[in-house]
Amino acid sequence: MDNIIEEVTASDYKYGFVTQVETETIARGLNEEVVRMISAKKNEPEWLLDFRLQAYRHWQTMKMPHWAQLDIPEINYQDIVYYAAPKQKEQKNWDDVDPELKATFDKLGIPLNEQMALSGVAVDAVMDSVSVKTTFKDTLAERGIIFCSFSEAVQHHPDLVRKYLGTVVPYRDNYFAALNSAVFSDGSFVYIPKGVRCPMELSTYFRINARNTGQFERTLIVAEDDAYVSYLEGCTAPQRDENQLHAAIVEIIIEKNAEVKYSTVQNWYPGDKEGKGGIYNFVTKRGLCRGENSKLIWAQVETGSAITWKYPSTILKGDGSVSEFYSVAVTNNYQQADTGTKMIHIGNNTRSRIVSKGISAGHSSNSYRGKVKVARNARNARNFSQCDSLLLGDKCGAHTFPYLEIENPTAQVEHEATTSKIGEDQIFYCNQRGISTEDAVGLIIKGYAGDVLNKMPMEFAVEAQKLLQISLEGSVG
Amino acid sequence: MSVLEKINTDFATLFREGYSQLEQGCGAVMNGCRKEAFEKFVQLGGIPQKQEDYLYTDLLPVFNKDYRVVLKYIPQEVDMNETFRCAVTDLVTTPVLTVNGWWFDGNMVSEIPEEVVICSMREACIKYPDLLYKHYNRYAPAARKDGLVALNTAFAQDGIFVYVPDEVVLERPVQVINLLRANADLMGFQRNLVVVGKNARATVLVCDHTLSDHHFLMNNTTEVSLAQGAYLDYYQVQNQHLGASQVNSLFVSQQRKAVFDGNMVTLYGGLIRNNMYVALHEEGGECNLYGMYILDKNQVVDNFSYIDHIAPHCVSHEHFKGVMDDHSLANFSGYIRVRPDAQKTEAYQANNNLLLSEQARVNSKPQLMIDADDVKCSHGASVGQMDEEAMFYLRSRGIGPEEARMMLMFGFAHDIIRHVRLEPLRRKIDDLIDKRLRGELSKCYHCMMQCKKQE
Repeated sequence: MDNIIEEVTASDYKYGFVTQVETETIARGLNEEVVRMISAKKNEPEWLLDFRLQAYRHWQTMKMPHWAQLDIPEINYQDIVYYAAPKQKEQKNWDDVDPELKATFDKLGIPLNEQMALSGVAVDAVMDSVSVKTTFKDTLAERGIIFCSFSEAVQHHPDLVRKYLGTVVPYRDNYFAALNSAVFSDGSFVYIPKGVRCPMELSTYFRINARNTGQFERTLIVAEDDAYVSYLEGCTAPQRDENQLHAAIVEIIIEKNAEVKYSTVQNWYPGDKEGKGGIYNFVTKRGLCRGENSKLIWAQVETGSAITWKYPSTILKGDGSVSEFYSVAVTNNYQQADTGTKMIHIGNNTRSRIVSKGISAGHSSNSYRGKVKVARNARNARNFSQCDSLLLGDKCGAHTFPYLEIENPTAQVEHEATTSKIGEDQIFYCNQRGISTEDAVGLIIKGYAGDVLNKMPMEFAVEAQKLLQISLEGSVG
Repeated sequence: MSVLEKINTDFATLFREGYSQLEQGCGAVMNGCRKEAFEKFVQLGGIPQKQEDYLYTDLLPVFNKDYRVVLKYIPQEVDMNETFRCAVTDLVTTPVLTVNGWWFDGNMVSEIPEEVVICSMREACIKYPDLLYKHYNRYAPAARKDGLVALNTAFAQDGIFVYVPDEVVLERPVQVINLLRANADLMGFQRNLVVVGKNARATVLVCDHTLSDHHFLMNNTTEVSLAQGAYLDYYQVQNQHLGASQVNSLFVSQQRKAVFDGNMVTLYGGLIRNNMYVALHEEGGECNLYGMYILDKNQVVDNFSYIDHIAPHCVSHEHFKGVMDDHSLANFSGYIRVRPDAQKTEAYQANNNLLLSEQARVNSKPQLMIDADDVKCSHGASVGQMDEEAMFYLRSRGIGPEEARMMLMFGFAHDIIRHVRLEPLRRKIDDLIDKRLRGELSKCYHCMMQCKKQE
């Protein structure tokens, strides 16, 4: 049985290649000059530069947080390259895109060519600090939907960006949010106008390629009244011995009766079997259900990154707003994850649901950290949380840190958590019916994570399931 | 200077100037730990403030009062009738009194088995130094980050010492009655030690009462050592007035197959913080920890527990329930820690809360830290209201709304109280809770003094 676990956990990271493409980078280090330089390169308006500088000055007064159940080695913020862009010509059409880049995204299975693409998904592909290509832009524009890279949005829709930027995650929010606000490079911007149901899934694919760089992307999604969008996010990085930093911000604003579904398959390079290398993934994601009956669903599969520090949260401000959080977090080898969610109930009759499934193997440490807060005037709030942990191996750890803060007597809040390993009786049952131990474990894990995987959009569910299998290949006991 | 700095400086001054008095009358065992403990207190930043383990409880308002600290024993007159307030009909106990944290010199301990020791800590220091060296301040350092436990070690001069030797069964429960009485606001430190030998059994019942209406702040620490196969049944009933605050730290160390049953019942009090640290050092240990708290007015109760599964094959159950009314605040934080290699651990934890008023608040933090794979661990927490269906069931049988509400609340509380194994005590606590829920119980309930009412 131990052998099988080893086999399962021992599989390789298949996105670890490096693209040979000429990259324009700036010198290492961070200072006001660098912030100005990034802003200048992107030809940004004055107000955005001010926003960056304010954030940078605030960041300088802050200290790195240490409360998470993570062992984070000292990060030298002066040793990181804050801007790296693959060099490319002005692109008019598909043929202008650097063939190397095309090949890269092909290899990752991300269709940048609209003819070749699955009809259902529009993609914004981001490599290092810039967006390479956004597909189906025109099709979407016909319905008034704006889907483009963040830099483009700053140029073409400055009013919208200015109106919403930093309203959900202010730059003072936390250490990494301040850092990101100062040096963010690119990301996606989505605007769904009133009453529009987005006809296809929108997707952003983030790729770190250049060495010694950090990626600081910023995503902003606005759904006006009665709008609907399903948004997917994926990410990978090359296999390197040194650690790279990724600090992103995602802001979502949801108006009356609108619904946003945000799905993530996070597969940054997790480091090798000895825990060398890998991405530090420090992300702030937050949605604001501003209007009545608005709805936000988070669905995430977290398999990558050496260290993950991530709490997609929802502020339920509108009366009757709803939020759901579904997560599968897998850690293996020496990976560390401290992840969870926050549900802040402010409006009346708000509901939230949290389903978190942790799977730890190898020497990894996997923590769920979540907060459910019911404000004093939030009547009839309802929350249910379920946080299960599955341990595959005796050297790994599973931790659960829920925080329940209830200030209104009409609230109904429940939290449940269990920690266990795969039962020998379960395996025996399968073996008895001719299912090999490895398959049995696969089945059991699939069943265990099923609640969450079923919430993923079709295109992702398949990938997520495969990823889960690969991440745990050989780790079953 | 901030309030916190002022308080910390005051403690430093008190420690420096009162040091010679602190040492007087205490044995070398207790005195030997003082300086190091105080250094630790300073190092930890003094009174816990904005620390993870004290996240929701603000101690400053309670500490920021002009308390008197008495560094030597002042003989007190205590009306022995007071003890009847704690009397449990049908339950014969061995009562011992403390006054403001000091062993009451009128205590007469009789009718206990010969080898059993029940005495003051000061006396124990001198008479049983070997036992004290072996156990004193050996378990309290488990609270690595808690400055208040260190503060207790630095200042405590007296308390209760109970020793039950190997193979001895102490049939009669030891009833510790902690009385608070002063003519000014008072801060005190009490230190208790309970040592239960191999296969020995004992029951300890602790009651807290206030006899005068000044502000009190007690910082108590109790260490319990359970040898192989030992059993301790431990009860604490907290019933003080609203100006009496308490930080109560309990440390239990369990050897092979030792069993600890703990019940914490909080009926009345100002700010009450209960720290419970249980360490299961060897295989086969079992720990059952139950708690009930009923709050109203501006009461604050903060239950903190840390169950440390160090060895494999141990079991722990923990269940805390509370009813909050008016402006009260209840905090619960419970850690279950399963160390690497503590396989076959079973650990369960639950916290349920009923909120009765718009202003009542509750913060619950049930936490699991699991580093072994072959374990069964779970925790649950809930906050809610009375079950409508259950109400309807009772109403449809002709029971009035108020009475139905009482019945349901009583049932909610009895779920915890049923774990009390001494039947007379269980009846008494049920009775107290019934009265408490009906609002008939105050600290003056069957008190002889009929002094002016608090609150």
